[in-house]
Amino acid sequence: MLDISNLHATVADKPILNGVSLHVPAGEVHAIMGPNGSGKSTLAYVLAGRPGYEVTEGSASFEGRDLLAMEPHERAAAGLFLGFQYPVEIPGISYLQFLRESLNAQRRSRGEAELSGSEFIKLAREQANLLGMDTEMLKRPVNVGFSGGEKKRAEMVQMGIMQPRFALLDETDSGLDIDALRIVGDGINRIMRAPDKGVLLITHYERLLEHVHPDRVHVLIDGRIARSGDIQLARELESSGYAEAVA
Amino acid sequence: MTAPFPTHKQEEWRYADLDALKPVWEQFAEPVTLTVGAGESLEEVWLPVADDVQLRRVQLALGAGAKARLFVLNTAPVYGRIELEVSLEEGAEFELHGANIGTGLSTNEIVTRVRHVGVGGRSRQVVRSVLNGKAVGSYLGKVEVARGAQKTDAEQSVKAMLIDRGATANCKPELEIFADDVKCAHGASVGELDPMQLFYAESRGMDPATARALLVEGFVMGLWESAKQPEAISNAARDALRRVV
Repeated sequence: MLDISNLHATVADKPILNGVSLHVPAGEVHAIMGPNGSGKSTLAYVLAGRPGYEVTEGSASFEGRDLLAMEPHERAAAGLFLGFQYPVEIPGISYLQFLRESLNAQRRSRGEAELSGSEFIKLAREQANLLGMDTEMLKRPVNVGFSGGEKKRAEMVQMGIMQPRFALLDETDSGLDIDALRIVGDGINRIMRAPDKGVLLITHYERLLEHVHPDRVHVLIDGRIARSGDIQLARELESSGYAEAVA
Repeated sequence: MTAPFPTHKQEEWRYADLDALKPVWEQFAEPVTLTVGAGESLEEVWLPVADDVQLRRVQLALGAGAKARLFVLNTAPVYGRIELEVSLEEGAEFELHGANIGTGLSTNEIVTRVRHVGVGGRSRQVVRSVLNGKAVGSYLGKVEVARGAQKTDAEQSVKAMLIDRGATANCKPELEIFADDVKCAHGASVGELDPMQLFYAESRGMDPATARALLVEGFVMGLWESAKQPEAISNAARDALRRVV
């Protein structure tokens, strides 16, 4: 489903990714762990197409399409979703308006009918309820005045509304308390665990993985996958640290 | 008798398009006077008209405890000027929510002089400008607090967004205070669209044009949130923004 081969990327001319190769088949959840500065967020941004993140070598394809040749909004319409590590605040625009514009833009580009206001509100309310989020919060400007945990939960509500084919989740678990972690973990399982979907989950902590049960765990160090394994690898990292685990 | 034609040497006319103004000066020169009596309230929405040059000169006198709220959209195709002189007696409240939306070679400006003459008056001016091409958008706002007008609370918030590099925003909040127990806040910023906000919107599926339009809409539309009847000015502003973004 997602195929990354020998991917090199720079940010402000500084090499960050130094040959990442990764294959996530449909129906699987893969986790990427790694120390600070190892390139985890860069990988997520490169795959989502953030300006300023330049691919210098290698390839990335999504369901056989060249991901790197697509604009960010085309990647979204193709079914890619990026859960942001730091969700962005947008004053003056309500969450409902933001998400309705987003979803309808995706639907238009896929040749599907747009949702009416009432259809959309029903969908948004359902998804907010499933993630334990007060629907009133969706009337507020995008992420403005939200706590760290509320922002992450709102990212999951967005994912539930968009129903992507593939989710890149960049440290969705950071800033969450134990209860919120469980809710987010359940949300990932409910929304994304399906034979035709896939997830790449970037995290520092093993705890979320106990909820989500990834099929594979990869360790990213210095912009390369240094080791891959199953959830046992994550448990090992948790107890012994990166230096020992990849020695 | 018509007021003398202004020059650029006068501070409050510094950025004006005097060439455009000249042919119509006689028609607009005389200010309109509005009076809001003690304890009364006024709310007005000023919409743009179809003329190339639009000038509104208004003197607004607020009696003790009077309240006035103005919602103003300034988006003339050539030259638009909203000029306000406001005086506040004791405990009066004045709010201005204004936008300059300019495209091409247009000049649009909001020029205010707010005089706090009584104790405990409150004024709040919020102005947003969105400009493309070589458009000019200005806010020149002078707040005067007279001797004895203690407990005055005056606020000016001015922000401009430039869609193109060739556009110009002038923001000049100015204070003249002759009382010692007052609160006068002002903030001004000029910026472009935030690249991270744009990427966030695009990563959710909006094409760049839709994302830009939505972000600019958010920048302006908050101005009308407190209006009793925001529909007309919201629609007019949305139309104007569509020409700019």
